[in-house]
This record gives sequence, structure tokens and C-alpha cells, in this order.
Amino acid sequence: MIVTNKTLDKAVIRFCGDSGDGMQLTGTLFSTLSAVFGNEISTFPDYPAEMRAPQGSLSGVSGYQVHIGAQKIYTPGDQADVLIAMNPAALKTNVKNIKRDAVVVIDEDTFDQSGLEKAEFKTDNPFKELNIESAQILSVPISSLTKSSLADSGLDNKSILRCKNMFALGFVCWLFNKPLEQAEHLLGNKFGKKPTLLQANLKVMTDGYNYGHNIHASVSTYTVNPTKMEKGTYTDVKGNQATAWGLIAASEKSGLPLFLGSYPITPATDILHELAARKELGVKTVQAEDEIAGVCTAIGAAFGGNLAATSTSGPGIALKSEAIGLAVMAELPLVVIDVQRGGPSTGLPTKAEQTDLLQALYGRNGESPCVVIAASTPANCFDYAFQAAKIALEHMTPVILMTDAFLANGSSAWRIPDMKDYPAIVPPFVPEEMQGQWAPYLRNDKNFVRYWAVAGRKGFAHRIGGLEKDGRTGAISTDPENHQRMTDLRQKKVDAIAQVIPPLKVEGDPTADVLVVGWGGTYGHLYAAVEELNAAGRKTALAHFNYINPLPANTAEVLSKYKKIVVCELNNGQFAAYLRSKMPAGLDIRQFDKVQAQPFSVEEVREAVLAQF
Amino acid sequence: METNYTPQDYKSSGKVKWCPGCGDHAVLNTLHKAMAELGVAPDQMAVISGIGCSSRLPYYMNSYGFHTIHGRASAIATGLKTANPDLTVWQVTGDGDCLAIGGNHFIHAVRRNVDLNIILMNNRIYGLTKGQYSPTSPKGFISKSSPYGTVEEPFRPAELCLGARGQFFARLLDVDLKNSQETLVAAARHKGCSVVEALVNCVIFNDGTHRDIQEKEFRADRTIYLRHGEKMIFGNNRDKGLMLDGFQLKVVTIGQDGITEDDILTHDAHCIDNTLHFKLATMTGPDFPVALGVIRDVEAPTYEEEVRRQVADVQAKRPQVKCLNDFFKTLETWEIK
Repeated sequence: MIVTNKTLDKAVIRFCGDSGDGMQLTGTLFSTLSAVFGNEISTFPDYPAEMRAPQGSLSGVSGYQVHIGAQKIYTPGDQADVLIAMNPAALKTNVKNIKRDAVVVIDEDTFDQSGLEKAEFKTDNPFKELNIESAQILSVPISSLTKSSLADSGLDNKSILRCKNMFALGFVCWLFNKPLEQAEHLLGNKFGKKPTLLQANLKVMTDGYNYGHNIHASVSTYTVNPTKMEKGTYTDVKGNQATAWGLIAASEKSGLPLFLGSYPITPATDILHELAARKELGVKTVQAEDEIAGVCTAIGAAFGGNLAATSTSGPGIALKSEAIGLAVMAELPLVVIDVQRGGPSTGLPTKAEQTDLLQALYGRNGESPCVVIAASTPANCFDYAFQAAKIALEHMTPVILMTDAFLANGSSAWRIPDMKDYPAIVPPFVPEEMQGQWAPYLRNDKNFVRYWAVAGRKGFAHRIGGLEKDGRTGAISTDPENHQRMTDLRQKKVDAIAQVIPPLKVEGDPTADVLVVGWGGTYGHLYAAVEELNAAGRKTALAHFNYINPLPANTAEVLSKYKKIVVCELNNGQFAAYLRSKMPAGLDIRQFDKVQAQPFSVEEVREAVLAQF
Repeated sequence: METNYTPQDYKSSGKVKWCPGCGDHAVLNTLHKAMAELGVAPDQMAVISGIGCSSRLPYYMNSYGFHTIHGRASAIATGLKTANPDLTVWQVTGDGDCLAIGGNHFIHAVRRNVDLNIILMNNRIYGLTKGQYSPTSPKGFISKSSPYGTVEEPFRPAELCLGARGQFFARLLDVDLKNSQETLVAAARHKGCSVVEALVNCVIFNDGTHRDIQEKEFRADRTIYLRHGEKMIFGNNRDKGLMLDGFQLKVVTIGQDGITEDDILTHDAHCIDNTLHFKLATMTGPDFPVALGVIRDVEAPTYEEEVRRQVADVQAKRPQVKCLNDFFKTLETWEIK
């Protein structure tokens, strides 16, 4: 038979299997080797919520989607061109995520009576039952081929079967014409200390590749050519890693040691993991006894002159609220990272939403303004973590950095920056010559920032606290006029930050009548949808916000230019409501909301925006 | 020891606003004196507090001070000490702040052995909110929030501290000024988390809660001041002592039943096993004297030093990674040319 080869601009590959099948590793390896090959990449891990669901069950399916491109790509892709399903449950739960003519690779050994029953199939023809007969099914006995591949390896049966994900990886490498050298190198790094396992995995992967090469399958292989990327050194980075490194960057640029107080919480915990491992860079981490202690240890560290941060998700923000208010009142620098997940309550811990926005903006007692900023890609979590720290330190305020589970666990190729290209961070330390005339709440009259005397500095002993204080001396004050003045000052201090953040920019077609508005982690999907609309002749503009409080100074000016504004967000309209409260009356602000704890698909955004024309 | 400081150097200009007769005044004055004795510069110390009457204390110290939020002083102090191990850090807290809303942070600060000096002012009442029972109020205690008496057992701070593997526990009595200063100085000198339970009177809402041991005429008979290496002898006539009877402590009279001073227990505050410290710390009247002074004082590695050591160890092992640019070179990377 003839194996044809198609060249594609981009392709979406979805690896899925039982949570013990190693699909996250397989997906990561494939995305990394594609990136090394020169493709654009964007990934989306889809973990099961259960810690360890029964083997073969629907709730135990773990997936990893990789989008590779010969051109710029912005999302992990809506629907897969290729699905690898290691068992019937994986096929069943992922079938909604594939294109009609997708290539579906299954491990046929698992499609036996027992496997079909565990996946709750009613008939013995799962393809018909799922109505995917238009897909190209490649039925490969992955388990048994893995067993025969390693029959002489000396490994026990269980260890042998653990290698079957490498068979799938080898097979997909063949399908996409990816040479195995890079995969071998990556496996060498992964299993370098366990030579027996390394050899076994390499052999199975090679056999998977050769199997593809040798079978007489009437299937086409694909080529996704390398893209023209900016010159430089690249790595594959996840949002949580980038966030952690951005804080380290700010620590270096400010000269202040980095301190993280944190309590484990999905999907934020990897920030704690990464920073706990970075002791060579002087990072101190405290795994606190609870969320409140996480933020409180950070506040103590800020009082002691560190760059202090705490990382959490929505439920943790709720618990930290009172302490964030203390940082507002005491005017101490603090970075609070909210890796948003599905809510309310425990909600959907492993899934992404944007439902914490109003909590971040307003979820504290009293008039308690905080800076709120949001990252919009896994890689730019680095820059926004850096910015969060820079603003916190230079303006003596808590800054809440919003990311989400999609950014946190998703990865993209990242051109490694050189730290010399990043600006210095200059905290407003009280000048030595002010000794004697200084008081703790004396401010710079341009940006209303108080001068900072770090605890332990000679000659500047002072007291601060959560009680309202006199604006001049810092002594406790219950004077009504003073409280009004202090309330206004705290607000003015945050408002003044609008002068130092970049203006809002418009992408897509700025001359359009329709403006799509988004914020945070939805950027890729919104951008791709706007690009498709413009390509289809529907003039559409996009304004995506990274700075939320304060808004960029030109926000009203930009928004006023458009006849229709469609705010797209993964909540019930929180940013839309915020914009309406901040913008001049008369703007036509519409909403496209989704609360399914899943990212947008490009298609649904495109259709929703189209409906507004 | 002569130092360059006087108690006056630790007094802030803030007007002390506790009620006249409140036991907190005595602790504040004692702390001023203890700091002068220790000779730590006022700007090299910080006092962290939560919320409550006692938590106003930082405003009355001419040092760094942070009056924070209810219950969280232990956590904030932990962060401060970890960030800046060279500071002398005091935490001032009350029975409600420390043992109710802040109970979790307290036991974890003790467990971690952060080098904090915690003064727990125990007046067995919520004073700032005007008279509700606290976690240390005795069972049956009548207050505004327990008009028919409480139906719950109180905490004994010593049990929490030692149960959380605390390495330093001491107790002082507000009116016992001389011994109190010695106790605070010992707490500050101890490397590690020091818990000092200060038995203080609330003249307004719980007057006389410690009267049994406060009044001068029977204080010596109803308390025992413990000093490491000294015999456990007490009483107006210095004729009473403590001995072990099986696993139990017992009070004996020297000179009776052939008991001599040699038979009396000698206090070993440094003993790693805390069994006897537990027994001493939980003694109550009328059968036993209440123990004052340093009951347990055992050296152990402190949290902030361990954190600092671990950072230094890793830095020594990875000398090639000194900054983020160096770290990036250790990643799995590829070049686009």
C-alpha cells in the first residue's frame, strides 16, 4: 500500500489513557521534541479530578493535548486531528474533542469485553456506538507489542506494561515524521539514572516507530514544518514555572531576597514546588500550616524587607482576604498569586475558570483597593509575575496576580530572556538623611507612596498596624476626617499606578466596529477567533487586558471608538460588570460568558462574536 | 550585666491606654527592664502582636512593632524571623488571640521552633470585647457569653506548648516583678521558640482570676519558683518541697518523716524528656503549688537557622548557578538560529 504524506500548517494531537498510563509524560515529550524540531507549540493537560479512579474507568482518564504549528499558534487547539486512546474509556471521554475525520489510534488489546464494560459501552462496537465511523481508526495491539518488544528485557510484566506509552510515542513520531534522535535525548535525561528502564523505554519507542513504518495502514503521515521563530535559546515552560521564575527575576532586579509563604492547593502548588527547589538562588519558602499563615508569613517577611509572595487558588484567596487587607492598611509590598480554578467552594480544582475576578477586586472588608493584574499566556506569566513584584515593591501595595489552571499547567515554547534586558526595581527606601524628620506614613507627593524603613534598619524603629492611623505620624487615629483622607490616599496611590503601566493596545483590525474584549488566560482563544473573523472578511478588533486595577489610562478612549463591545470571559460577566462601573455611560457592552471550567474553543468565540454583527 | 541601654530607651512616646491596675502594665515595664538587661538595641528588635488588650503592647515599645490581625501574630512573626534571622522577635498575645483564633499558628510556630519569644498574657477572659469567656476560662465560668456557665474544658497553655514539642516554657505572675524579669531574660536568651505564660489580672472583667496565688501573704505557699539546678523548695518557711512518688509528684515537708533537703528534687530545665516538665507545668492548687519561672529550656535547632543552612548548603553544591541567567543554562533548551 501507499503511505501518503500531507503537509499541514498545524495539527492537534491528543494523548489520552488511564491516569496510570503515562499520558502526561508522553504528551510533554512529544510537545518538547516538536518544539526542538522548530514547531510552535501550545499544550493543555486535562487531568482527572480523582486522585486514583478505578483502572479503566471513565473518571480515571487523563489527557494531554498538543497543538503544533508551522506558523504562530495561540491555543492548544479546539479539536484533535489525531487522538491516541489507550483504552475504551479514553476513547469515550475524548471523542467530543476530535474532528470528524480525525485519525484515532487505539490500543486494541484493551478493547476487550472487560475494557468495554469498564467504559460502560453497551455494545461490542464502540465506534458505531460513539458515531465516529467517519474517523480513521488505527487499531494497534500496543500492549501485546510492548510485551513482545520487552520479552527478553528481564523486567517484570507490570514494568513492561508501563512502557506502552513509549510505543504510542514512537508511533506518533512516525505519524508526524519526527526523527527519534531528539526523543532519545529527552528520554536519556528522564531515565538517565535508571539504565535498565532507559533501555526498555528506548526499545519500545523505536519499535513503535518501526511498527508505523512497516504496517500497511491506509493512513497518511503528516509533516508540520518548522516555523520561523525569533533567534534565541528556547525552553518549554509551564505557567506555574514561569510565574515562579518571574518572582526570582524581580528578586534579582530589586536586590531583595525572595520569600514565599504558601499552602498546597491545586492548581497553584507547582509554584511552591519550583521555588522550594531554587535554594541555590537564595529563595526561602515556608510551607505554612494553612492559607492564612501562607499570606501572614509573607507579610512578616515583607515587614522584614524581603520580596514577599504567597501563591494560592480561589479558596485560598477567600481565606487570605483579611490579611491582604492588613497589607493594604499597613502599605506593605506583597505579591498574591491566584491560580484560578472552577468554583464556588471546592468546585473543580483541576479546571480553569476566571470566576475570582470580583473576589480579587473587592473581596475584602472596608475600602481596600488592591492592584490586580493578569497573565495571558503560560510564558508571559514570567513577565507579569515580574511586573506584579515591581509594582508591589515600588508602590508599597499588595498586588494580586491572576493566572488560571489553563495557563498554570499549559506550556509553550519560550525564548529565554537575558536578565540584563529587564528593568531595575527600586523600592522607595527612606533616604538616610530623613532620619529624625521621617514618619512611617510620610509619602512621596507624586505617587502617594510611603517611604519604607525595613525592620532592623538602624535609627528608624517604628510601629505600624491594621488600625487606622494618623496620616502624618502613623499613630492610631479614629478622627473622621483623617479616615476619609487616608481612605482617599490609599485609593489615589493605586489609581496613580495607571501612569506607569502600558496603554491598552488593540489587535486584529482596529478599524472594525466590533471590539472583542477579554482578560487573562483567554488571550490565545480570543486572538485566534478574531484572526479567523478578519480572515473571513468580518472586521473585528481585540483589546485584551493584563492590567485590571487600575485599568490602563487610555481604556475609555479605546473602548469609546467601537460601536459594539463583546466581553468574552469564563465567568458570568465579572469583567463586563467592572468595565460598566468604570467606563463612561453609553458604551454598548455585551457579554459572551462560559462557566464550564473549560477554556473557550476558538469556534464558539468566533460564532458568538459573529452573532453580534 | 552592664549594657548601654536603660529601660527608658525601650519606652515609646505612645500613651499607655490599658486600664489602671491591669496586669499588662507590669509585663510591659518588665519587658523594658529585661531588654535593657539584654542590651539589644531597640531597632534590632521587633514586637509582633495580634488583636486584644495585650496586643496593644508594640505601640508602647520604642522598637520595630507590628500590630497585626486577630490570631495571626505567630505566623507573621515566623515570616519576619525567617526573613530576617538577626532580629530579636517578640510576640505579644493573649489567651483568646493565641489559643482560640490563633491556636493553629501558635502550635505550628512552637513545633517549628522558630526563635520567637512569645509572651502569652493569660487573664482567662476577652477584655477588649468586654467580657466573654476564653479558651482558658475554667469550666462553669460565668461571663456575658456564658450566663449559665461554660460547659467546656479550658486549655492549659503549658500542655499545648509541650504537646507541640515546645522546647521552652516558663510562667510568670504579673505582680512578681523581680522573678518576671529573670524569666523574660531567660526566654530571650533561649535559642528557639520560647513561650512565657504571663498570668495577668483583668481588673474590669475578671478581677482576681489569679488571686489564689497573687496575694502576698500566701504567694510563697502556693507557688514554686523553679530555677535550673536548684532544689524544688517553696513555702513561707522554705520548708516544703517536691518529690516523686512513683510516677507522681508529691509535696513534702522538710523535717517531717525523716525527709531532708537532699531528698527534694533538683530542677533540670535542660532535660530533653519533657515528662517531668509536663507534671511541673500542670500543677495546680490546692494540693500543689503553681510553678513559676523557667520550667523547660532545651536547646534545639531553630527553624530560621535550618532554612538559612539549607540555602547555604544548596548554594555550596551548585556554585555554577548564582543567578537566574545561570539557572536558565541548566534547563532543557534548544537553539533557533
